[in-house]
Amino acid sequence: MSQPFRRPSGGRIDRSRPLAVTFNGKQLEGFAGDTVASMLIASGQHLAGRSFKYHRPRGILSHGSDEPSALLSVDWRADRGAGYRDPNNRASVVEARDGLVVNTQNHWPSLETDVGAVNDLLSPIFVAGFYYKTFMWPRKFWDRVYEPVIRKAAGLGEAPEVRDADRYSNRHAHCDVLIVGAGPAGLAAALAASADGEKRVILADEGFEPGGALLNDVTSEIDGKPAMAWVAETVATLDARENVVILPRTTAFGYYNHNHVCMVERVSDHRADAPEGLARERLWQVRAGEVVLAAGSHERPLVFENNDRPGIMLAESVRAFVNRWAVLPGNELVVVTSSASAYRTALDAKAAGMRVSIVDIRLDADCGTELSLARDGGITVRTGHTVIKALGGKRVTGLVVAPISANGSIGEKTTLACDCVAMSGGWTPSVHLFSQSRGKLRFDVELDAFVPGTSAQAERSAGACRGVYDLSAVIADGAKAGGGSSTPQATVSFAGFQPVRVLPTDADATKIKAFIDFQNDVTAKDIKLAVREGFESIEHVKRYTTTGMATDQGKTSNMNALGLVAGILDRPLPAVGTTTFRPPYTPVTFGALIGPARDELFDPVRRTPIDPWAEKNGAVFEPVALWRRAKYFPQAGEDMHAAVARETKAVRTTVGIFDASTLGKIEVIGPDAAEFMNRIYTNAWLKLKTGGCRYGLMLREDGFVYDDGVVARLAEDRFHVTTTTGGAPRVMRHMEDYLQTEWPDLDVFLTSITEQWAVIALQGPNARKVLEPFVSEIDLAEDAFPHMTVKTGYVCGVPCRLFRVSFTGELGFEVNVPADYGEAVWKTLYEKGQKHGITPYGTEAMHVLRAEMGFIVVGQETDGTVTADDLGLSGLVSKVKTDFVGKRSLTRPDMVAEGRRQLVGLLTKNPDEVLDEGAQVVDDPGQPIPMKMIGHVTSSYASSNCGRSIAMAMIDGGRTRIGETVFVTTPAGFTEAVISNAVFYDVKGETVDA
Amino acid sequence: MLLIDCPYCGKRPEVEFHCGGEAHIARPEMPTAVEDADWGSFLYYRTNPKGLHAERWLHGHGCGRWFNALRDTVSDAFVATYEMGKPRPDRDEATASSPSNA
Repeated sequence: MSQPFRRPSGGRIDRSRPLAVTFNGKQLEGFAGDTVASMLIASGQHLAGRSFKYHRPRGILSHGSDEPSALLSVDWRADRGAGYRDPNNRASVVEARDGLVVNTQNHWPSLETDVGAVNDLLSPIFVAGFYYKTFMWPRKFWDRVYEPVIRKAAGLGEAPEVRDADRYSNRHAHCDVLIVGAGPAGLAAALAASADGEKRVILADEGFEPGGALLNDVTSEIDGKPAMAWVAETVATLDARENVVILPRTTAFGYYNHNHVCMVERVSDHRADAPEGLARERLWQVRAGEVVLAAGSHERPLVFENNDRPGIMLAESVRAFVNRWAVLPGNELVVVTSSASAYRTALDAKAAGMRVSIVDIRLDADCGTELSLARDGGITVRTGHTVIKALGGKRVTGLVVAPISANGSIGEKTTLACDCVAMSGGWTPSVHLFSQSRGKLRFDVELDAFVPGTSAQAERSAGACRGVYDLSAVIADGAKAGGGSSTPQATVSFAGFQPVRVLPTDADATKIKAFIDFQNDVTAKDIKLAVREGFESIEHVKRYTTTGMATDQGKTSNMNALGLVAGILDRPLPAVGTTTFRPPYTPVTFGALIGPARDELFDPVRRTPIDPWAEKNGAVFEPVALWRRAKYFPQAGEDMHAAVARETKAVRTTVGIFDASTLGKIEVIGPDAAEFMNRIYTNAWLKLKTGGCRYGLMLREDGFVYDDGVVARLAEDRFHVTTTTGGAPRVMRHMEDYLQTEWPDLDVFLTSITEQWAVIALQGPNARKVLEPFVSEIDLAEDAFPHMTVKTGYVCGVPCRLFRVSFTGELGFEVNVPADYGEAVWKTLYEKGQKHGITPYGTEAMHVLRAEMGFIVVGQETDGTVTADDLGLSGLVSKVKTDFVGKRSLTRPDMVAEGRRQLVGLLTKNPDEVLDEGAQVVDDPGQPIPMKMIGHVTSSYASSNCGRSIAMAMIDGGRTRIGETVFVTTPAGFTEAVISNAVFYDVKGETVDA
Repeated sequence: MLLIDCPYCGKRPEVEFHCGGEAHIARPEMPTAVEDADWGSFLYYRTNPKGLHAERWLHGHGCGRWFNALRDTVSDAFVATYEMGKPRPDRDEATASSPSNA
């Protein structure tokens, strides 16, 4: 496509750098400085997409980030393969460069011929609340029929199907003043704020060139110079100041607590030469001492029938295309306005060679100097007129206009032929960020707009985003917000407008489509219907009609919707309120938000030193806290059940080897270590001899079990504490808390040593035989090294803390070696243990073995409401100590009450039936619903050693009910089980104490 | 995300910290001498003020130290942070802000 609508000269494009973009398979031509929108207009292409609901042809409404209609799928790096495409990019902000591949959305089979456009004809049924009213019955159609159909019919772009191949980075920054927006107000603020070289200033703007609205302005002067010359000078001054950082292409999208502003910088999308691996976007998290919001304002569309036809644009956008990008959005322009600013568009368009006429809703008397300027310039101005409707389909071909008489009646209609319409219903300050900062808005009747009222943070708004529109005033306002002052002499701007909500018409309002929200296809009649149906709060109208709920956040539609509701209800606008502005200001990619936090950087996996061996030997893993642990080691043809049966059998008959490295380990060191242990645990520690181990129970202050584990006393002043795998961090925190805040007088240090030691458990009658050949400086004989003791020495020549402990009921050792030696020691023990049939076992077998012995797992048998006595462990609670954490709570009335839930065993009547963990227990399954629950199953396994299923459960008064029959819920109903003692396996032969 | 001024490390982002609830509730010297009702209050009853609130915070992903902070529960502003054992600073009710747009 050539560029028939490109002006021969002018514009802020670089004609020496031509470029091409692929649009729906065709080549679009343009220049550096173009956007995809300006290239489309240069080629004469206005049809740029199909609408959300009705599939109506849509064009380009705006030149900025408020564009609701021209949404494109962009393949940013088509040459690099899949994974670089994303949908719903606004054509008006996609910076043109060679190699971009863009496509229109939401049509089939093509943009020109779209079958879905039948929705437009069926629109009488697609009214507000259509979905709520229509898709209610039958229930079973909800997810099978309605949702797939609706999802297919509605929507815009298609979500990418492959993983995003780009890189994203993020960065934290601190500054004294952050300025959002590099228009005249923002530039003036930056200039003032950075005059003090000690002040760090960041100036961010979403566009790729600073200047804001001045970029579209070829007539205004500031202090005798063209406005853009002032911009260039100001930017040069700021650039030269070392305390200023200017960030173009950077959108401040979220304003959070403590002046924390999140911004996304587009780093490489605009660069054809971007090297692979360069981040696509960068998330800036800025903490600013002060924030100056200079975010500008949004123009309001006018609401009339078919106001969405391609070629109908916002007036300022027409001016931007004509001046900044040197493209003509048509030959025959009608400017429809209730705002003075649109006259500047008319004058500039005429100067650029378009044929122009103006239709002004206002009467002559309500207009300013702009009216005579336009008439003197030879432009026909029809004041006191309304637009009845736009003609044309895929492009506007004319406007039907008519005078409005004093009594409001519509006069004789005239059709104005045109191929472009510039409309303006006035201006809405962009208060999004201010509102996000929790500042309170104030309605200004003069401005017909919500403006910043009371600030909640150290922040100021300046310029058009608080309703200051005249150029001199805008610059002065910006300078003041930046902490300085300025009194520039600038060209007087055409300012002021007359608010209109829906243009007067004599058409049947229930039959026509006059759009308020272009992106979500919400018309004036939808809003009226919602109000008629009783939705009066704007928050309700919004949700019922979806107005303002699209990705454009209602930038162009909010005030028209609000004004319409207020008008129908005959209430002042502030009484209707405004909806809440929430981040993000414009859509942000997930990539930018998560940055490098993907995969293991997002969800780290902790691996033990023995993990590589387990992986090589076919382990099936399970996540436990952040760890991945070997769950079982299946041999050929084995399922989990078979593998676990074999592994548990091996531990009871010969020897198993288990990776216990994930156990939390804390070293407690210091002269007061024993005293500290005495206060933190329920047990008595002062008398534990060096070299002794004890099973320790830890309570919270409320008396409930918090953690457990074996503790070894390595020296008078040194304890090696083990915790549950998942509990390690919270136990450490719990201990530190008491040490730092309650007992700072204790001379104790705590060190997490979880990752310093690999732990290899050898369990089973042959454990000693396997270990013996490799041990030096430790006597393994029963008398010399009894159960629950610890010795230091060497295993395989590696320094070792050797524990004689058991979590299986069998003879057991836990070999602690420095983590780096873990795998080597494991391999040696495993290889040399072959002659004893050594069997690696995983966490599942470990669970079965411990349950066979009735050993609890904190977090499985306990849930934060369980006491030591409930678990049958009151023997571990010292009666002698005067105090320890949780002691006082143990005598509270509820803790000693009769009938507390107690740990017992459950044996199903059918020995092959394995209960569900978490299943509820009742006495009588015939009782009426809701039934009385008397407990729940906490652990349940098939035990090959016991030859039947076993389960542990917490049952009301359980220990007094041994032998009684209860009923346990199953997916099929109830099953019978008998309450038993929670020890299921009778250990034979050489056991823990042998 | 809030910035919290650790008395030992300086300002650090909120994600490095863990809130430990209301501050200045000392564990009784001899808990067994405390009546049931008083012990219940010690365990479970906390003030829930609108405005300044003294809280315990742990710089867990930093120095590992516990400290106290005065936070405004309305604005989330941290008015002061101070070491464990120090008395609650005497501060007026204060909120974070600031210049106005009026």
